[in-house]
Amino acid sequence: MIAGQKTILTQAEAKIIDNFAVLKGEMAQRGLLLEAARKAAMDSFCKNGFPSKQMESWHYTDMRTKLIHIASCNNTKADRLLAFPLLPNNIVLGLINGQAVVSPEMKWKKEMLCATPLDKLLTNSQAELPQDFADDNVIAQINTAFVSNGWKLDILENVSLDKIIELQNIQNGGQSHVRFPVTVGKNANVTIIERQSGNNEDSFISSVSNLDTAEGSQVLWIIIRERGLMSSELNQFNAQLGKNVVLKLYVIHTGSHFLRQEINVNLNGIGADFQLREINLLSGKTHTDTTMVVRHLAENTTSKEIIRNVAMDRACGVFQGIIQVVKEAKKTDAHMVCNSLILSDKAEFYTKPQLEIFAEDVSCGHGATVSEIDHDQLFYLMARGIPEVKARAILVEAFFRELIEELDKEKLRKVLWRLLDECLQAHI
Amino acid sequence: MNGLNHMLEIKNLYARIAEIEVINDLNLTIKEGEIAAIMGPNGSGKSTLSYILAGRENYEVKSGNILYNGQSILEMDVAERAILGIFLAFQYPVEIPGVAMMEFLKTAMNAQRKARGELELKIPEFLKHVKAVAAKLEMDISMLKRPLNVGFSGGEKKRAEILQMTLLEPKLCVLDETDSGLDVDALKIVADGVNALRAADRSFLVITHYQRLLDYIVPDTVHVLYKGRIVKSGDKSLALYLEQNGYTDIIGEVT
Ligand SMILES: Nc1ncnc2c1ncn2[C@@H]1O[C@H](COP(=O)(O)OP(=O)(O)OP(=O)(O)O)[C@@H](O)[C@H]1O
Ligand SMILES: [Mg+2]
Repeated sequence: MIAGQKTILTQAEAKIIDNFAVLKGEMAQRGLLLEAARKAAMDSFCKNGFPSKQMESWHYTDMRTKLIHIASCNNTKADRLLAFPLLPNNIVLGLINGQAVVSPEMKWKKEMLCATPLDKLLTNSQAELPQDFADDNVIAQINTAFVSNGWKLDILENVSLDKIIELQNIQNGGQSHVRFPVTVGKNANVTIIERQSGNNEDSFISSVSNLDTAEGSQVLWIIIRERGLMSSELNQFNAQLGKNVVLKLYVIHTGSHFLRQEINVNLNGIGADFQLREINLLSGKTHTDTTMVVRHLAENTTSKEIIRNVAMDRACGVFQGIIQVVKEAKKTDAHMVCNSLILSDKAEFYTKPQLEIFAEDVSCGHGATVSEIDHDQLFYLMARGIPEVKARAILVEAFFRELIEELDKEKLRKVLWRLLDECLQAHI
Repeated sequence: MNGLNHMLEIKNLYARIAEIEVINDLNLTIKEGEIAAIMGPNGSGKSTLSYILAGRENYEVKSGNILYNGQSILEMDVAERAILGIFLAFQYPVEIPGVAMMEFLKTAMNAQRKARGELELKIPEFLKHVKAVAAKLEMDISMLKRPLNVGFSGGEKKRAEILQMTLLEPKLCVLDETDSGLDVDALKIVADGVNALRAADRSFLVITHYQRLLDYIVPDTVHVLYKGRIVKSGDKSLALYLEQNGYTDIIGEVT
């Protein structure tokens, strides 16, 4: 804990520290590098505990009160089945309660894609892990301390992968900490779906994706989250964009109990472009926090972030977004907008957009709106015989329709609509 | 062609919106197959009456009753009334971005069919039907591909209302100033669309300020609404009289 600020450990913090002590006993046979990283991570966690609300990046999410319970580390009784792929041809690389699973008939060309389960690399000290931890980076601290598996993907130079890579991180009860280090070679083109799913059992997950892109590559990355009522997830998506790289990130979130989704994108190369489209359907008593930092570090870089939130039931949502433009990043064009639709008196959404601009000759902006269902529109639809629940669902879908329609993959659009529709029908 | 059955009976209706008494002891009966016109100065409560018939929220009926085919509809919500056959062509149709016109038409038609225990429409026949009706109303097919009413001109919106009315085949059609915003040619087209729907078992309540519309849609009865009450009723000659003389003397009689 921070010196002088003597705080008692919360039950959840104590449990994490306990879990680490048990893990340490079991990992004697593992590599030294891994041990060093884990220890550094845990030292940092022990020093800081859960981030306090005084930390700017955690102002709206007090983990000490929101994450009061940590699921057990016991993963043994898990169901071993992968989910059906979202699209039939997808290359499915699975993790089921932290175990790498891939169906035997799954095939891909080795000269295009290398996919390796991370557990092997971890034991051979071939997995890169961070050694330094910012005080507020509790996700990196916990993930590094406990990481046990994941998938390392390398998409090779000039490869245009027509099949979609579908990473399934399925957690049915218990606890897992996984990583997805991904490199995309020069001029390569790939679509990756990160599917975070699980049942309603008590679960605790941390998942960190590190995307490293070489010049001229194009990546469409789609995070789809459908977790159960008792799941807590810490997710970090980190990306480095090289020269003229185009990254489009979709985040489609339909459920979990507690979620912190961090998005950190560095536009390092001239002409890089980042596009974020995020849809949050928040229901039940969820607390869902998206915290984004986009750094424009080179000239002529562009980014656009559109976040649409629907808050139902007693849900609480947060979006904090910072766009930073350094002095060198002349002619940056960056715009973010966050729109929230509040469907219940007990639901709420906090938005904090920020621009930090040190360059001249830039075009940057942000906007935020909070609204309710438009009663004139609802009346109009119902006056044509459309029952209220359906009419409300139509208006909610209209609220984020353009984000989905922007996807140029029709089959994928259909899948996403089905998913969003199911969620709305259950909660609206 | 009027039947004997009363399709709509409004009895001693008092209603308010935002604490304001807008409908004050209103009585009106419309028979099956009848075309009734309602005229009246701005702010007299015409649109309010149409909203109350449609069941819009926040319009509070203090006393009186509205019977539709002998059954009170006061407890029914908006969609339930629509399914029973009450249709409101809006004075100001609402724009809904993100809802495609065609998808909306299909959803509305299927919702009504489902409620009546009918099978869902097959897509090809649905498309054919919509296109045929749109052609009759001389609507550009490209409008059907746009979001619902978004960016439609005033006249296009009114045509789109009649398109919906034709597709949904309601029994009681309430037209709130469908003529406003229409040019002379469009007025004729829209009126033809309405006339094509005239039937022994379908009634119309036509709200308008102008005799011009009633030249095309010839009413059986004409009613003057003033301060939330019908102050004078007559046949189509009453509309002609109002066109010549305005409301002053009729209002004068009641005040
Ligand atoms: N939501 C509301 N809040 C307050 N007053 C209202 C509301 N809606 C209607 N009114 C009032 O009720 C009265 C009747 O309005 P209404 O729109 O029914 O008139 P109208 O006869 O349709 O007029 P017009 O010919 O201009 O269309 C007006 O005085 C109006 O200001
Ligand atoms: Mg009016």
